[in-house]
Amino acid sequence: MKPTSLKMTVLATIFYASSAWTGHAESLAIQNCNWCHGASAQGYAPAPRLAGQSDKYIENQLISFSNHTRDNPFSRLYMWGAAANLSPQVAHYLAAYFSTVPPKAADDGFRDLVAIGAAIYQDGIPDANIVSCVACHGPNAEGAAEIPRLGGLSYYYLKRRLEQWGEGFNAAAKFPMPQIASRLSPDQIEALASYLSFVN
Amino acid sequence: MSSSLRWTGLAPPDQRPPRRTRKVVSLQLTLPVAILTIVFLTTGRATSADRAGASKGTLEAKIAYCQDCHGALGQGYRGYYPIPRIAGQQTEYFENQLRAYVEHRRRNNIMFNVARVLSPSMRAALAGKFRAFNPRPLADGPRGLVARGEQIFQSGVPESNIAACAACHGPDATGSEQIPRLAGQLYPYVVRVLANWSKERGQNPANPDTSIIMKPVAHSLTRPQIEAVAAYVNHLR
Repeated sequence: MKPTSLKMTVLATIFYASSAWTGHAESLAIQNCNWCHGASAQGYAPAPRLAGQSDKYIENQLISFSNHTRDNPFSRLYMWGAAANLSPQVAHYLAAYFSTVPPKAADDGFRDLVAIGAAIYQDGIPDANIVSCVACHGPNAEGAAEIPRLGGLSYYYLKRRLEQWGEGFNAAAKFPMPQIASRLSPDQIEALASYLSFVN
Repeated sequence: MSSSLRWTGLAPPDQRPPRRTRKVVSLQLTLPVAILTIVFLTTGRATSADRAGASKGTLEAKIAYCQDCHGALGQGYRGYYPIPRIAGQQTEYFENQLRAYVEHRRRNNIMFNVARVLSPSMRAALAGKFRAFNPRPLADGPRGLVARGEQIFQSGVPESNIAACAACHGPDATGSEQIPRLAGQLYPYVVRVLANWSKERGQNPANPDTSIIMKPVAHSLTRPQIEAVAAYVNHLR
């Protein structure tokens, strides 16, 4: 059996055996996620890739969907419903599972903007008070602890997320991304999103 | 021949006035004058960075920029890299580090880019601003090592010829002048800095700085001792 299928089987068995879950929806928990996020959790627009994402980050997002903290339009439209019946334990298992799936880079940004985006990501723009993303997200955009992995996420997803902070939508964390992203210009957002979509 | 030359304004050679020998301007004067000209042109004139440092709005924007990484109260943050606490830091040390990044005495690409656009007045303003913050420490280090760390911090390690940290950094680890405050500093940050002292500090051998004082200490401390000291200062208020 492929490791992925084995993991899914094990988790499905755990879910069936678990006394903590509340309804029949959780028995198809991972399949429900795959409907939108793709068969191997690599993402399917507008749903982002979950594969290889930080487990603490996924868990925080699921919590923020269920308590309606994160309110960008697609989250409101899809994820509020999807996370509504998730118990904290199931959210924890899902997050742990998806973090172990090997990620693939989306490679869907604009190649000619990659160099500009890389410079912004690595060095920041001190004259415009834009920090280097490396300090928190890592030199290869791999993330750490509750800080998400950005490397290889879809250009379109990253672009919208960066824009949404400037548009006043709330995310799970109140600090510091709203302040940072609000200072980015549209060109800088496109460059960053392009660069990151290619990072493996 | 002379008719074709007439329109150039050049008279034929025998009709030109005798060539006067030009007085050669002394080269010995030209160079100092040139240097002084350049010096006067570039000093005493506020650069845009200096002007920017003076304005309140620009200072606030720069503080917000520092806060993005170092935390809203400068308490530090555990990102991919541990981002140190700068709250309550000694102003002289703070400003010296910013200069050190620019002068490549201290190696850090992220902070080099931050520091290279700061004017001296901006550096001083930021140092004063973060000195005033006093948040609770993140206290993220292992508590089990604190007792051993306190012993090393207050009494040193005589058998390894390591002085007590308290002798310079103060018994409460708040430092003074050029000597940094360690109280409340992030555990992984202190560990990394002590363990990698010579890879990061004193990088310009032509321009040795005060970091040279810590070099023998950092080298002599063993890894367990480093972790213990880091855990101790980490919990200090």
